[in-house]
Amino acid sequence: MKWLFRNAEKLEKPDLPFLFDSFWENNFVWRNFAAMINFERFVLDNGLRVIVHEDKSTPMAVLDVMYDVGSRDEEPHKTGFAHLFEHLMFGGSVNIESFDEPLQMAGGENNAYTTNDLTNYYLQIPAENLETGFWLESDRMLALGFSENSLDVQRKVVLEEFKEHYISKPYGDVWHKLRELAYKEHPYKWMTIGKELSHVENAQLQDVKDFFAKHYTPSNAILTVAGNVTLAQVKELAEKWFGDIPAGEKYIRDIPQEPAQTEPHFLEVKAAVPLDALYKCWHISTRLDKRYYVADMITEILGGGTSSRLFQNLVKEQQLFSSIHCAHLGSIDAGLLYIEGKLVKGVSIEDGEKGVMAELEKIKSEKIAENELQKIKNKTESLLAFEDISLMNRANSLANYELLGDADLMNKELSIYQSVTSDDIFEECNRIFVDNNCSTLYYRSEAL
Amino acid sequence: MPDRKIAPPIKDAVDFNIRLKPCTRFDLSNGAPVYYINDGAEEVAALDFVFKAGNCYENKNGVATSANYLIKNGTSKKNSFEITEYFEYYGAYLNRTCYNETATITLHCLSKHLEQLLPVIRELITEAIFPQNELEIFQQNSIQRLSVNLLKSDFVANRLIDQYLYGAEHPYGRVSNKEDIENINREDLQNFYKQFYLNASCTIFSAGKLPGDFETLLEKYFGDLNLNETLPEVVFKREMASQKKYRVSNDENGVQAAIRIARPFPNRHHPDFKKAGILNTLFGGYFGSRLMSNIREEKGYTYGISSYLQNHIGETSWMITTEAGKDVAEATIEEVQNEMKLLREELVDDEELLLVKNYMMGLNLGYVDGPFHVISRWKSLVLNGLDENYFYDSLNVIKTITAEELQALSNKYLSPEDFFELVVI
Repeated sequence: MKWLFRNAEKLEKPDLPFLFDSFWENNFVWRNFAAMINFERFVLDNGLRVIVHEDKSTPMAVLDVMYDVGSRDEEPHKTGFAHLFEHLMFGGSVNIESFDEPLQMAGGENNAYTTNDLTNYYLQIPAENLETGFWLESDRMLALGFSENSLDVQRKVVLEEFKEHYISKPYGDVWHKLRELAYKEHPYKWMTIGKELSHVENAQLQDVKDFFAKHYTPSNAILTVAGNVTLAQVKELAEKWFGDIPAGEKYIRDIPQEPAQTEPHFLEVKAAVPLDALYKCWHISTRLDKRYYVADMITEILGGGTSSRLFQNLVKEQQLFSSIHCAHLGSIDAGLLYIEGKLVKGVSIEDGEKGVMAELEKIKSEKIAENELQKIKNKTESLLAFEDISLMNRANSLANYELLGDADLMNKELSIYQSVTSDDIFEECNRIFVDNNCSTLYYRSEAL
Repeated sequence: MPDRKIAPPIKDAVDFNIRLKPCTRFDLSNGAPVYYINDGAEEVAALDFVFKAGNCYENKNGVATSANYLIKNGTSKKNSFEITEYFEYYGAYLNRTCYNETATITLHCLSKHLEQLLPVIRELITEAIFPQNELEIFQQNSIQRLSVNLLKSDFVANRLIDQYLYGAEHPYGRVSNKEDIENINREDLQNFYKQFYLNASCTIFSAGKLPGDFETLLEKYFGDLNLNETLPEVVFKREMASQKKYRVSNDENGVQAAIRIARPFPNRHHPDFKKAGILNTLFGGYFGSRLMSNIREEKGYTYGISSYLQNHIGETSWMITTEAGKDVAEATIEEVQNEMKLLREELVDDEELLLVKNYMMGLNLGYVDGPFHVISRWKSLVLNGLDENYFYDSLNVIKTITAEELQALSNKYLSPEDFFELVVI
């Protein structure tokens, strides 16, 4: 992520399970399943896909450029590069010295983030000044400034980001270990921030240039414009600013997919933390498979909210854990469903794990009741309605779905969730929660 | 082909005419005020019950927070699970948050479910029983969470700097330790509940697509409760530490330093407050700020550095905060001081000043976009004892402030000797 401000004057946001708090843990993609969102779509000659979502109720406009490149596209000895590159995108482009200053002068604000799958740049600006956004984003798609100084500084900044989120934090290295444990082939085995500090430290300007030429082409990008704009206006501006960018060579992704796991994986570590913790994860399906939605609902049944099974039974009733969560990575290629819990002092990890396994046995042997299924569907409906309030979220979702293949998926997902039956959930639980599909990490507290 | 060297023309955001949409105010028959905005494209609603039941009303550490947190963990009719299951079945989110002056119960739900959910909220604020086992689980888990947080240098730094700024007895400076959490008992919670929820001073805020009979509904479920009581004034004396500089070791293997540099500052009612908001933005309040440009974008000492005025109703503080590399911690502090010096000694040039003004106006345009943003503007005004004039005056100050005024303000407030300085590694 480009930056994050701790500012007490920040707007109050509804305390829903939104992105930011857990961003650095998993880089998970927005879980936007959406109500009807109108949009138009067209493609420029150079292959740039453009999506327009008009909303006349706001004085603002959002311009979102999503590149189909994430840390899964990195080489194993140059990890962390997609994210470092994201930082360099703010170091000036071929014709414009500074990205941020002209945008701020036009009353705009921006940020960016990188996940294992994609890199997204988004800005918000008073609609009257929309063209400034086009000017800035198109110039850096055309070519970067490639300054040695910017690379020097951003390397340091990213190293501090690495330290702040993965070294200084207790349990900060968990996902590095867990990904390596679960993935043996697929590049999801490293985190977006990078496998180790040295990969970022060793990045050279030539790497930056190569990465740009390979991935930052119009045909590898999606431009989404939302807010108080018109289709005609966006067509004209897109053609004017992006139309003459050379198409470049189309990047064809060819990365190793993870073979089916054939035996349980296990790792035990000791660290200077006050509490023992248990982490378990299982492989699930790819993003576009219907089974993905079923897995998503399984995480809700097990770990969504304080009425969920794991929380109610293991935190409240048996008091094995002081906190427990169940979620999934939300990745495009086959992802992971995981359970993580901190043990109550005095309870062994082994006993905690037995409690978790008993819950999994239950969901594998008894179909869930209709009202529990209905609860999950109601929560889904409500979540999507709240997420669609924000213009930025809407633009981001449209881009996300277009990257998956079709922006209109945004309008179809609710019905997919609604079509899931208790039989689907039963079958999927029996497919996922199998020992040979599981990786387990015991994170033991070393005497402090 | 466009000339890419030339920026497209812009409309200066300072020329925007930003309006704060009005909100409807009505009083329940018990006198409790309700502020709401019925608007929005999605079929959703948010409802916020703001009680004067924050930390400053407790006479024992942690009681206000615990009472607020456990208010949904059991009533005389339903146990904790039944309550949470009820809300979650409707896909509703019920949150509680305890601040210094206020404690809130917040509902987010689909508009069509409001009528089913309101009676249970009534139940929470009239019949909570604080079961002993719920309290014990809460204590156990809070203590465990605290033990993890105390390993984080940023968490420790935040606690310490507030103690220096306000004193350990002041609600803004008070922190809970393990013993405080252990010492809370059921009777404390019941007494606090009786004093500040059963006989409450409560203000209600709501936004979204609300049902036509919204006012009738609220009156039906809340109009007969004691929600408009006059509570005794609580006055706290700020007792700042006499020592100004601190270096604290929290983790011998730490690779980063949590740095906090802060000074006291008056609250929103002081004539300098609005101007200071602009000086703060320029100094450390946005990505392009002086602190970010120098310490991150030029030197690469940190992932982020920011300054802000703490969001308190009473007398507040001006804070600079960052996590920087351990080896460059002292250099970072020096650069912060250099940036203060520059602001004291040199006038901000016209272009930077216009940029900050445009940036802030653009942000404000976004802040008043949509019913949920608008209601939170109103909430902030109401809870601080202000009205829409304050909002418009703030915009006007952004539009008209001069470089000379900013320099004068810097000389008044940005002198390193007035600041506490803390490094936790």
